[in-house]
Amino acid sequence: MADVFKALADPTRRHILDELRERDGQTLFELCARLTSKYGLDSSRQAISQHLGILEEVGLVVTRREGRYKFHWLDTSPLRAITGRWPVNDNEGNER
Amino acid sequence: MKVYITSVFVDDQAKALRFYTEVLGFEKKADVPLGEARWLTVTSPQQPEGPELLLEPDSHPAVRPFKDALVADGIPFASFAVDDVEAEFRRLTELGVRFTQEPLRMGPVTTAVFDDTCGNLIQLAAQ
Repeated sequence: MADVFKALADPTRRHILDELRERDGQTLFELCARLTSKYGLDSSRQAISQHLGILEEVGLVVTRREGRYKFHWLDTSPLRAITGRWPVNDNEGNER
Repeated sequence: MKVYITSVFVDDQAKALRFYTEVLGFEKKADVPLGEARWLTVTSPQQPEGPELLLEPDSHPAVRPFKDALVADGIPFASFAVDDVEAEFRRLTELGVRFTQEPLRMGPVTTAVFDDTCGNLIQLAAQ
């Protein structure tokens, strides 16, 4: 679980997850284009690739090859360990 | 100085000519036999005197690993301008063209990326 927190601690990695939530199954090229145009990030392609590697290690991103292409998919299931340990209270008005 | 020709590396010139003319809508301009290969260019019907696109053989050993690495990461080799990316996306998808990036609006620009069936990804862009 500590690794998931560490992966989520970085703002670029959170943006990557946001963009995959908007459209799942993206190439590295599309993710880089989105991060640059939407967030003005000037990270190199290699840096984004390394961020994706960290997200993949903790299971938040899954890569799949389809023929000659490689796509990145979001997998939120590792977050279940967090809400399982500290359940979210969904009752309205009880938020603190 | 101006651009008069640019090229894409294709794995099969005859197949490339079919795809670039029959599917994409370019027109053949030059077709000169050159030993095993051809000097084969196409132009846009919207710009017949504009830049030519050379469908260049990718037989040099350095080219295919280069193309494969670009394709794996989704990086387009060339970018073509269209008036309406969404409309081209629908038209080409119906013709069986595979897109690796669906139309994406980025500020004033909309882009999409498709496979040219000759080993390259190509970007469509509209301003």
